[in-house]
Amino acid sequence: MSYTAEMRESIKKVEATRPRRMEETHRRLTLEEQQDLLRRFHPDYLREGMRELRVGPNAGDRTPNEFADLLEARSRVDPRTFDLSRVDYDTDVLVIGGGGAGASAALLAQEQGVRVLLATKLRFGDANTMMAQGGIQAADRPEDSPAIHYLDVIGGGHFTNIPELVEALVMDAPEVIRWLESLGCMFDKLPDGTMVEAHGGGTSRKRMHSARDYTGAEIMRTLRDEVRSRPDIQVLEFAPAIELVLDDKGQAAGAILMNLETGDRLLVRAKTVVLATGGSGRLHYQGFPTTNHYGATGDGVVIAYRAGARLAFMDTMQYHPTGAAYPEQILGLLVTEKVRGLGAQVVNVDGEQFVYPLETRDVEAAAFIRECKERGKGVITPTGQPGVWLDSPMIEWLKGPGTVEKALPAMVRQFKRFGIDIAKEPMLVYPTLHYQNGGVLLQTDGSTTVPNLFAAGEISGGVHGRNRLMGNSLLEITVFGRRAGRAAALKAKEVKPGRLTLEHVLAWERQLAEAGLNPQIVSPLLLPEYTRHVR
Amino acid sequence: MTEELVPVFIMGKRYDVPSSLTIMKAMEYAGYQLVRGVGCRGGFCGACATVYRLQGDDTLYFGLACQTVVQPNMYLTQIPFFPAQRAEYDISTLQPRPERLFSLYPELLRCLGCGTCTKACPQELDVKGYMAAAMRGDIARVADLSFDCIMCGLCAARCPVGEAQYNIAILCRRLYGRYLAPRSQHLEDRLAEIRAGQFNQALEELKSLSLDELKARYKARQIEPE
Repeated sequence: MSYTAEMRESIKKVEATRPRRMEETHRRLTLEEQQDLLRRFHPDYLREGMRELRVGPNAGDRTPNEFADLLEARSRVDPRTFDLSRVDYDTDVLVIGGGGAGASAALLAQEQGVRVLLATKLRFGDANTMMAQGGIQAADRPEDSPAIHYLDVIGGGHFTNIPELVEALVMDAPEVIRWLESLGCMFDKLPDGTMVEAHGGGTSRKRMHSARDYTGAEIMRTLRDEVRSRPDIQVLEFAPAIELVLDDKGQAAGAILMNLETGDRLLVRAKTVVLATGGSGRLHYQGFPTTNHYGATGDGVVIAYRAGARLAFMDTMQYHPTGAAYPEQILGLLVTEKVRGLGAQVVNVDGEQFVYPLETRDVEAAAFIRECKERGKGVITPTGQPGVWLDSPMIEWLKGPGTVEKALPAMVRQFKRFGIDIAKEPMLVYPTLHYQNGGVLLQTDGSTTVPNLFAAGEISGGVHGRNRLMGNSLLEITVFGRRAGRAAALKAKEVKPGRLTLEHVLAWERQLAEAGLNPQIVSPLLLPEYTRHVR
Repeated sequence: MTEELVPVFIMGKRYDVPSSLTIMKAMEYAGYQLVRGVGCRGGFCGACATVYRLQGDDTLYFGLACQTVVQPNMYLTQIPFFPAQRAEYDISTLQPRPERLFSLYPELLRCLGCGTCTKACPQELDVKGYMAAAMRGDIARVADLSFDCIMCGLCAARCPVGEAQYNIAILCRRLYGRYLAPRSQHLEDRLAEIRAGQFNQALEELKSLSLDELKARYKARQIEPE
């Protein structure tokens, strides 16, 4: 594979400017310049990409067209005929979602001495958590503090974050690192035990803890192994939730699952429910490729909304600036921010810098789009995909030969499969759909506006405001997974369950009709539609 | 631009697919809706372990469907699940000693050192090497050598004596992370400070600031140099 002749010409320019650039630092943008850049080039600001919701608790709020279609769709369950008297599984806490947030919630719930059932759509651990490479933030060095972390988070979110949620995030962070270590996570350390910590976009202190560039995978496989070590937690794989079940007091009281292989429905009765189904990158807003795993179709947000949960920040998505733009086989896959954290600059077709490499993700992504779309300084691949260079060979110059191989093994492997040696050649990158900034509105204990319904992780909204910083998603899933799991278990001990009902689904149908809507599609989506059929 | 089509055989049945596709995208092009054998689609989760042969070649090849480009006359099948032994343990009461490893996984000592596992690993890990380290009871070495394991199970699927290498490896990594890695004093110090309420006032103050004050505070941050 490797690069085409045209791309090699551009790489020569990158190599020619490299010695000079080693001495140069691009200026950071002012807050005003950042806002201007976002308004002009960030996909969130494209008017035709979104529309107002017409029904539900957030009627009148804007969200991407693709998400709005699913939020306003019909249920996969017929509430008139579904038999709620036959219960297949009875539990205290039902956790829906088998990523990092769901696993954390299950562990903390179990520690309160209740029965836990964790149901997940695909395999346990098939989640965006597994793919997070760069790291997890925690202010645990003397030069740093939770207050400085707070300021970075809230500035990165353009001062829109919910303050109490940010406070919970930063104050729990060091404890979460210790907890993960106690479960056996291997963080990068110096021989004396000092954590190796780096900068991320928008951080004012180095606080990015990593496990090579498999940080999320290391956290996920450890949490999964711990869940499997605890007999009191039952795990159901290939069993996505397709509707929540409430009781006649309006409390969450279980869910209807679908056996993804047989299509059979399963009824779970629970005293409390934790939703941890993650994000929605596989909805491909505005046609963007995505870094997300196959199952990221926003299912949990859809069923929570039908059950009456209020959402927040649903008009903002995160486009990661450095998605792979070449080769086509890995289009949109994540190139970790750690590459820039280690010192790689971003340069255009002429080998010149055009943006400080560690602006917040939304600003950085908007700058890439401007460089390609407005200034025409992008590199164009044979399929017409534009991109800019991420100059990874600089890392070898800055941090010594062999650093790329040691610090970025997953990236090296990813590109080596297609004949590109990232220690010697730059990578071509372009923004890719990465993260759902908004979602189900949370309180600090993970509770939502629906009684006995909790949420944690990417499904939720409020912690990051309008933009999340690198390293705060692995932190969020563990901090709020733990909080939600614990709170759901404590609540489960005192709940007086009522009679199971799907009345909210009937009410939803009435609301659709009153709004003059007659949707033909059903939701949640469950699986993206990639299958080609000839006829 | 019309792309060249090449024949591939999915579970023995022929489909003509564009030559640039990965195995995973080729299956979708052929009409499959994947449920098993698909996960992150980025080479991290280990869901899409695939075995294939090429016509006229007696070698058995291994790869991840999401990371491997099709070749003409490829005969392939996925192994999305393989039953493997997993020991029961409570990490909080284990000890990081070789005897514990041997008692939890006694079959470890049956390893022949044949290296079939290494040949099967789509991550190109030295599986045989870490199994040898495990037999020596060198937990730290296993943890290091196996670090990039995605637990796809191809090693276990190929092992002639039924080892579950990847489960032995994660036990070693967890033992290393919990018991053998050097402790971080700065983390302990910070936890003590948080418990003592040392940051509560600063957080309360930040939460009480007006938007303009908060912006000013943000702009005035000192950025720690690289």
